[in-house]
Amino acid sequence: MSSDLWQVTWFTAWVAVTSTLVILPPGIALAWLLARRQWPGKSIVETLVALPLVIPPVATGLILLHLFGRRGLLGHWLENSLGIEIVFTWKAVVIATAVMSFPLLVRTARVAFENVSPRVEHVARTLGAGPWRVFWTITLPLARPGVIAGAVLAFARALGEFGATVMVAGFIPGKTETLSLSIYHSVELGRDGEAAAFLAVSVALAFVAVWCSERLLRRVAA
Amino acid sequence: MSLEITRLRLPLASFSLELDARLDAPVTGLFGASGAGKTSLLETIAGLRRPADGLISLDGVVLTDSAALVFRPPESRGVGFVPQDSALFTHLNVQENLCYSQRSRPRATRPGISYEHVRDVLNLGSLVARRIGSLSGGERQRVAFGRALLAAPHLLLLDEPLASLDRELKDQILPYLRLIRDEFKIPMLLVSHSADEIVALCDDVLVLEQGRCVRRGPPAGLFVVSPRPHHELAKPADVSPLKDGAA
Repeated sequence: MSSDLWQVTWFTAWVAVTSTLVILPPGIALAWLLARRQWPGKSIVETLVALPLVIPPVATGLILLHLFGRRGLLGHWLENSLGIEIVFTWKAVVIATAVMSFPLLVRTARVAFENVSPRVEHVARTLGAGPWRVFWTITLPLARPGVIAGAVLAFARALGEFGATVMVAGFIPGKTETLSLSIYHSVELGRDGEAAAFLAVSVALAFVAVWCSERLLRRVAA
Repeated sequence: MSLEITRLRLPLASFSLELDARLDAPVTGLFGASGAGKTSLLETIAGLRRPADGLISLDGVVLTDSAALVFRPPESRGVGFVPQDSALFTHLNVQENLCYSQRSRPRATRPGISYEHVRDVLNLGSLVARRIGSLSGGERQRVAFGRALLAAPHLLLLDEPLASLDRELKDQILPYLRLIRDEFKIPMLLVSHSADEIVALCDDVLVLEQGRCVRRGPPAGLFVVSPRPHHELAKPADVSPLKDGAA
């Protein structure tokens, strides 16, 4: 295996882990809010969160490019006031994968929270636990298998993300080069052997991820 | 114990629960058909529902007062609640369930209610390490009683504690309820639509219909109990509210 292949593999796995960790806290909070509370604008937020599942990933990437580009709403502010450049860096890759995998986490975790009986939470309250303690000791542990399943789905989605990433991060060797981008790039250049190597690593990585998550889920559910 | 309910009004799906009552018996029964508002009343006392109007106080401590905008949250009411389905925490074992109110460690809460005492009275010693999923219906209910007792409540609300059990199990659990009453001296408010449970446990009974208390008094005055051997529970059909019961 060439050093390039190692680097791309490592970067892809690192991006998937980072984006999953980044979306976990807001994803869990939003899933809980959608499952347990009524608030104004709820259906709009629900729809917005689901959008990346429905619109083409390339279109999502274009939206992100407009948002985070140098002249974009957020990008302009980030660069001028904080000196942070997003587009065509690893940060863009993480943002693209995070946005694309967020709906999978939220939808799965939401169902998990909805399946926790409010009665059980009520009883915990009468046993002296405040809302925070009930969430951490009752609701979240009972919803854990679903939350983990959502995180695994998000991680898997992040591993394979292509369309949004290529729009907002481009293909910059050594900087924003993920496995799926590399496969496309190799095929485009007619380097079939290289593409096959990237493909093999992708499959192996996906296999390990799914295998681990199945084991984890079985242990949590037991 | 003295639970005072003053001009309580709680809108429900098809009627309003309206009640004015002072409850001070060791065990008070709430009797009525399904949908009469019994469970809603318990949830309101526990702080799980907010009434539209009214005042509820327990031993002089105001739990809810709509006029003064007082609403004490359930965790600081000192009111225990055992729902019909026992609602045990399935991700914890029996001991962790029992000790949830004590931050999952066995320790005495107040004189007379210790972990060991509750465990022994409810005969839970052999269950403490078990998972909730492996318990029978009767065992679950005993764990739910123990868990509520260990929070050392000033008042224990029991919502149809025997309804999900078959006749044989009911006969096994009923003595435990008597034991709880006699050993721990925690006042209880017991919801039931079964007259024999009310007769067996309660000193005072409120009959609820469509959210209103239509009769009240000691069970002997409200029910006709047919002569039966002591060990056999009467069928609900044999025991019916009297027309001329105390109001």
